[in-house]
Amino acid sequence: MNSTALIAEDEPLLAQALKAELAAAWPGLQVLATAGDGRSAVREALRLLPQVLFFDIRMPGLDGLGAAAELADRWPADEAPMPQLVFVTAYDEYAARAFETQAIDYVLKPVQPERLRKTVLRLQQALAAQQQAKPAPAAAADEALERTLAQWRQVLAAAAGNGASASPAASTAPLKMIAASEAGGSTVRMVPIGEVLYFEAADKYIRVLTATHEYLIRTPLKQLLAQLDPETFWQVHRAVVVRSSAIEAVHRDEAGKLHLDLRGRTEKIPVSRLYGHLFRAM
Amino acid sequence: MSVEALPRFRAENVRGMLRHGLITVVFCCFIAAALAITQHGDWGAQMVYSLSIGLISWLFIDVGRLLISGHREILWPSSGPWGYLLVAGGVTVGFLGGNAIGDAWTHQPLLDFGSFTERKLATTIIITVTATVCMCFFFYSLGRSKHMRRQIDLAQRNATEARLKLLETQLEPHMLFNTLANLRVLITADPPRAVAMLDRLNNYLRMTLSGSRALAHPLSAEFERLADYLELMSVRMGERLRYTLDLPDELRGTPVPPLLLQPLVENSIRHGLEPKVEGGQIAVRARKDAGRLVIEVSDTGVGLDAAQTSEGSGFGLEQVRERLATVYGDQGRMNLAAGPSGGTLATLSFPLPPRP
Repeated sequence: MNSTALIAEDEPLLAQALKAELAAAWPGLQVLATAGDGRSAVREALRLLPQVLFFDIRMPGLDGLGAAAELADRWPADEAPMPQLVFVTAYDEYAARAFETQAIDYVLKPVQPERLRKTVLRLQQALAAQQQAKPAPAAAADEALERTLAQWRQVLAAAAGNGASASPAASTAPLKMIAASEAGGSTVRMVPIGEVLYFEAADKYIRVLTATHEYLIRTPLKQLLAQLDPETFWQVHRAVVVRSSAIEAVHRDEAGKLHLDLRGRTEKIPVSRLYGHLFRAM
Repeated sequence: MSVEALPRFRAENVRGMLRHGLITVVFCCFIAAALAITQHGDWGAQMVYSLSIGLISWLFIDVGRLLISGHREILWPSSGPWGYLLVAGGVTVGFLGGNAIGDAWTHQPLLDFGSFTERKLATTIIITVTATVCMCFFFYSLGRSKHMRRQIDLAQRNATEARLKLLETQLEPHMLFNTLANLRVLITADPPRAVAMLDRLNNYLRMTLSGSRALAHPLSAEFERLADYLELMSVRMGERLRYTLDLPDELRGTPVPPLLLQPLVENSIRHGLEPKVEGGQIAVRARKDAGRLVIEVSDTGVGLDAAQTSEGSGFGLEQVRERLATVYGDQGRMNLAAGPSGGTLATLSFPLPPRP
């Protein structure tokens, strides 16, 4: 049986090499496309719906982690099962160590045939398991999707955690006050963390929202997350972190997407598929 | 430095004080011996007078200086009259207290200086004052040199750390491993290109590992090393990186600090072109302008504003600024601005050395 794959790698020679190595290790695999950056990787994956993704972690535009997180949200799970995800990295010793324990795989560049063969074996087994689940009732398919999502979540968290601990600027002390500028103003306000209902990353900024006001900060979300108490603030989306105690209700729309209502705010907060498990009814 | 970090009477300070005390005792014994011999006086009495005066002065001054300056590195009052007042106080208290104890020991009327001959009184005072001032100066110098040594150690440590960090940024593992991965591909696919790339890598590594030790090399060598680096990067990035190096012949021999431009070009790639999907161009240009050498590194990357939010910038620039300041003082300048067609423009300038 033929399987399909997509390679996302910004260094052309390395993309070619991975393709050649894969051809040798897995003759039955058809590489549908090679993308040179994160955005086009997401675009191509959604167009071609491959079964396996080889994502370089460092890519221009959107890195491998970001691309995977976006795909998890936008993947049409009713059309094709979630793909198997393999990260490719030249040097990420901590991430690599974290991946060792995960179900999904990583490949270290330069790709060694021996190592790649092991990865291929794991992928083939995973795809075979997926194949068996396919004709099963919807409940089993849901279960398979949830399993894949759980794997992705673990891998993304492991890799992102590595990034956060690698930057020395990230402090682990819990944040009490946030120095934020008022939207459109030049004043910097001290906002007590207790008033914040949610954070939303937008472009270069993070919007800080309280019941009555909106402020802006320039800290990357990854760095901010490291300073927030994970019990109090939950990440529910690639770009959104909410105060858990402010969540009033969770809605599912016609497309099956989850939204949150917050006490004190009127807008709907999107929930990423990756974090849907937080809101499964007990 | 906070009070907690340097408590006045921490063990190290108390040890220092006791050491001073011991030296004082030895010194007092010498004085007593000298006086006993020259004045044919009573050894025991001279000892008691001398030790009492010395130890009281020592205790007064040493405790006093800790109380006044206990928070600092050099344990001596640094400003105003406090140092002198402390010594004067120590001399007075030591002189009066020591004489009182000595008088009690020898059963003489207490502090009855009237019975002294003028010469004897003057001698006692002069010896007390001279000895105390000498001891104070000696201890002060001792503390100061210890402090200086500590400062030198610290400076050396900082310098080593900075060099290691420079090396680390230049031999960044991602750069190295990705280059090796590319090399591995080329070895089978295109051996002549692999050899060329290996030579570039060789040059680059040699320069990075040894370059920070030499003080200067010709600008042409600096440009060759940039070419090595950019060629390595363009093998990796493929069509996403284009570069031009422009060095007029007359400037080829100009001595410059090695690897001065490297951090700027690295910044252009890492913070300018790498994040940009379609890649772009880097141009390095050297020119002469009114007796000064001007070097411009420009790129068509994502630009300063976007680059500021990416992590890890700053060290390279700081490095360049520091090196300019060390070599050229006020005369070296670096300016970072938005490029004319987007991207970033870094401009370095410093005086051209006079022609031999």
